[in-house]
Amino acid sequence: MSWALELLRAVVGTVLIFTGVAVIAAMFGVLLERKISGWIQSRLGPKHVGPQGLLQTIADTLKLLQKENIVPRNADPLIFASAVIVVPLAALLDYVVIPFGATRGGPLIYRDLNVGVLYFAATSSLVVVGILMAGWGSNNKYALLGGLRSAAQMVSYEIPIGLALITVAMQAGSLSTVAIVAAQTTSAPHVWYIITQPISFLIFLTAATAEVNRVPFDLVEAESELVAGYFSEYTGMRFALFQLGEYGEMFAMAAMAVTLFLGGWHAPWPGRPLLHPVLWFVVKLYVLIFVFMWVRWTYPRFRIDQLLNFSWKFLIPLALVNLVVTAFFIMVLRA
Amino acid sequence: MSGETVAFYVLAVITLGAGVIVVTSPNIVHSAVALIPAFLGVTGLYILLNAEFVAVIQVLIYAGAITVLILFVIMLTEGGTGLRVHQRNEQGVVGAAVAGAMAALLYAVVTRTAWGTGTGTLPAYTPGAIGQSFLGPNLLVFEGTSIVLLVSLIGAIIIARKED
Repeated sequence: MSWALELLRAVVGTVLIFTGVAVIAAMFGVLLERKISGWIQSRLGPKHVGPQGLLQTIADTLKLLQKENIVPRNADPLIFASAVIVVPLAALLDYVVIPFGATRGGPLIYRDLNVGVLYFAATSSLVVVGILMAGWGSNNKYALLGGLRSAAQMVSYEIPIGLALITVAMQAGSLSTVAIVAAQTTSAPHVWYIITQPISFLIFLTAATAEVNRVPFDLVEAESELVAGYFSEYTGMRFALFQLGEYGEMFAMAAMAVTLFLGGWHAPWPGRPLLHPVLWFVVKLYVLIFVFMWVRWTYPRFRIDQLLNFSWKFLIPLALVNLVVTAFFIMVLRA
Repeated sequence: MSGETVAFYVLAVITLGAGVIVVTSPNIVHSAVALIPAFLGVTGLYILLNAEFVAVIQVLIYAGAITVLILFVIMLTEGGTGLRVHQRNEQGVVGAAVAGAMAALLYAVVTRTAWGTGTGTLPAYTPGAIGQSFLGPNLLVFEGTSIVLLVSLIGAIIIARKED
């Protein structure tokens, strides 16, 4: 393929992924979050804009677009402005290796890298750079504290995520996301890795909640102590872009969990899938998103020391033991 | 010009431009943040060389972890600002001379080496192949890195427990 065509493909792919993430993940995600929180707390949630409040986020986004863009006087203007780009960009990069479904031409994926899982671990860790930049660039003590907490938290929780990814890669014998989906769905009854690796799945889900800074691990933006954490000083569209990055990252984590543990775009049974593969993927994705939101509105927030201790003294040792046990079984079963 | 050449020059400009900012910026946080485009530019160069595994590791370790740790340390140690640190001292002339000599040496070595241009196919990047390479031909390097990491871990623990 000529390079101009490749460049065009990259631009079109970026625009498509951005639109998809903005509409499906951020706008619909926020609406779902508000509806589910309302349901859990015996409220109605947004109800007035559009049928059943469906257009609420669109109205909110239009409102945010018109808001004044305020930069604090003592802020570092360059870092303050560029942090807004880094966070959603890092979230968008995750989607390159996620297979959304399959058509007759093959799996629906932007690029099937043979180091896909590693790539995902690498790009999902880039978000923290934007959060640190926002925290420092705002020149506000609450923002800075939020940024620092985020750095400590992300560095701690990347390790259990990595260890959970390794067990899956070991079982599948590949780092490519498409190959991992194939490895779960070739046998006659599909054996998803949630069945063979339940501990890895739980570790991944817990650490993913921490990586995307959601309750009970949302120390980064703990309202009761830090105002809004790293984005306290951001207004209007810049605030919306952080929100987009956060929801984009959450959907990316859920999509990766679907790919690695829930058989990707395949139906739970071999043969006729009943639904289109893309729909299967979306169904599984939203089940996990619901779990994220359910957890958020059910559990109270940790303290920062509890949070870090939980990762270093419980999750990482557990993940290491799980890794050794997996390696042992793979050696025994293949020998 | 082929696409690869264009990409190479774009990436080289990004890497070098960010590198100049890292060295010259009076603000240490700006220097640390500018490391990220420099690392990502190098990542792009690795991809151009078809070294995807090295490229991803570059992002994971350098852009993702090392930069964050550098920023974290700056913000913890300098009262959160990092503005009081002097980025330069009076040894600029000596430094420039050493850098110039190093550049001349590298240029001479690179231009005079007869680079091998053999044809062949690259080995596949499977986890198995990567593991074989770490525990086979590159075992000594691998173990050496482990010892360095172990020493730094022990050092960090000793520094952290000093008040006992």
